[in-house]
Amino acid sequence: MRVKGRAWVFGDAINTDLLAPGYAMTLPPKELAQHCLEAVNPDFAREVRPGDVVVAGDNFGLGSSREQAAISLHTLGVGAVLARSFARIFYRNAINIGLPALSFDAVDEIADGAALDLDLAEGWLKRGGDTFALKPLPPHIRDLIAAGGLMAQLHEKMAKQRQAEGSDA
Amino acid sequence: MAGDTLAQKIIARAAGLTHVAVGDDVTVRVDLLMAHDGSGPRRWRPRMEALGAPLWDPDKVVLVTDHYVPAEDQVAADILQETRDFARDYGVQKFFDMEGICHAILPEKGLLKPGMFVAGGDSHTTMGGAYACYAAGFGATDTTGIAITGETWTTVPETILVQLNGQLNFAVTAKDIMLRLCRELGMDNSFKVIEYTGSGVANMAMAERTVLSNMAAELGAETGLIGVDGVTIDALAATGVDTAGAEAWASDADAQYSKCFTLGASGLEPQIAAPHSPVNSDDIGHFIGTQVDQCYIGACVGAKLTDLHMAAAVLRGRQVAPGTRLVVAPSTAFTMQAALADGTLRILEDAGATFLPSGCGACAGFGGRALGDGDVCLSTTNRNFKGRMGHANSRVYLGSAYAAAAAAVTGEITDPRDFLDANRTAA
Ligand code: SF4
Repeated sequence: MRVKGRAWVFGDAINTDLLAPGYAMTLPPKELAQHCLEAVNPDFAREVRPGDVVVAGDNFGLGSSREQAAISLHTLGVGAVLARSFARIFYRNAINIGLPALSFDAVDEIADGAALDLDLAEGWLKRGGDTFALKPLPPHIRDLIAAGGLMAQLHEKMAKQRQAEGSDA
Repeated sequence: MAGDTLAQKIIARAAGLTHVAVGDDVTVRVDLLMAHDGSGPRRWRPRMEALGAPLWDPDKVVLVTDHYVPAEDQVAADILQETRDFARDYGVQKFFDMEGICHAILPEKGLLKPGMFVAGGDSHTTMGGAYACYAAGFGATDTTGIAITGETWTTVPETILVQLNGQLNFAVTAKDIMLRLCRELGMDNSFKVIEYTGSGVANMAMAERTVLSNMAAELGAETGLIGVDGVTIDALAATGVDTAGAEAWASDADAQYSKCFTLGASGLEPQIAAPHSPVNSDDIGHFIGTQVDQCYIGACVGAKLTDLHMAAAVLRGRQVAPGTRLVVAPSTAFTMQAALADGTLRILEDAGATFLPSGCGACAGFGGRALGDGDVCLSTTNRNFKGRMGHANSRVYLGSAYAAAAAAVTGEITDPRDFLDANRTAA
């Protein structure tokens, strides 16, 4: 899995109220996504391009369980989120919808706007001439991302189950 | 081999294993799945229909309407209708419509039993940890997966032990403990469990214990556990829960913790957290005189009957300051009834409080109850991130119900002990 785009660098403790503000939560996903991170960077939602990478510090996605926080980034085309650490519900939500969330210690070395190239399967990140190693994902999480998220995985499983039941009959 | 933490014991049971080690990836059977109008059916149904999947077990599913009640507009009305339709169509009997906030409803209805693995579509599901349930918040795709299969994955977490020693001083509450802990431990304790112990917990009433568990979410934890003791058993028995064997749900004496943190309860002052994070907490003395426009007594964490009692102790015979709003949203309809019956509501009303219906009210800025541009609010809720309660330029301070009531009387942050008689008021 390859992701190529520009880095959008944010600080520590980017919370779900910043990613998906409560007052906008009844809007359809595309419109809600336009409010993503507006309180910290009003240009982000308008200017982010498919494949761009969000780079942040500690505890990315803390706060509520609202999945729209991850969905908004996904809707805007963000290809991956790299953070020193993640809040657990956000992390699970991101993986579940097929948005790669990778813990990465060297976030301070990535400048805003830097051109990044990531290979999730091979586990590296390139920025210009520099290559950084990415931590390997646990097998069940790799499977989830590869399947395209939890729903796609369930779909596959259920289709197989039905087939098996069908062939029994 | 060292003993097991309570978290290990619950996960092992839910995974059908005799023992699990920290770091193990396991699949667990979920004992109870809870979701509300914001997180549940409106997210589940389209996905379930696309898969042609039924609910795995309607008896193990609890649905609550609290975030959008009562409907403020057509969108909210539609969301509530979707929730009701789902409960009917999928045979969910444990559906509580406009009866209060989900986390308060679960124990009130006797639905939590020690040792359960509870998955909730809301971050403050951690509140059930006070009943020795591994109660954790999950996002909508996770909860949809659970609704269909009854299973989910988890990595067995480390546990941080928080030891509360000694007795809290007069007018100092569990809320003050948690605001302090946010500052001390930070909010980045992801993939870890917090367990509370010590004499400060042993002597704490159930309502206050639930505050410790609720705000384990602010610490970033999976859940906030308290092992079963006499207080737990009494609280469970009061709601008709069978408590046979419940004592087993506590950590072994030789369990391994990743870290132990000790907080002396007796030295703690009332706390206030400044905008825009619960980690910005400090002794109330540093905030005295800060002007407030609104005081809010609400939320799962801050509008229990005990919170209303705290507010009434301050407000009895006093008035809300001119130009200041006091808004109160009792956490459940049952709480509202109890406060009506014991005269608490009357005291608050005479003081000039405005009441919202039981539910999430103004806590998360949903509906037409948001703060305006530049509004300053002292709130009994659990988080004060920028824009959470409304306008991005509103400012929210967090504190106990004592502190919120005291600020309502003067229009500025005030030490509630100025209004309380230590000899008459029990915390
Ligand atoms: S009252 Fe607030 S914190 Fe509690 S469940 Fe509702 S929105 Fe969440």
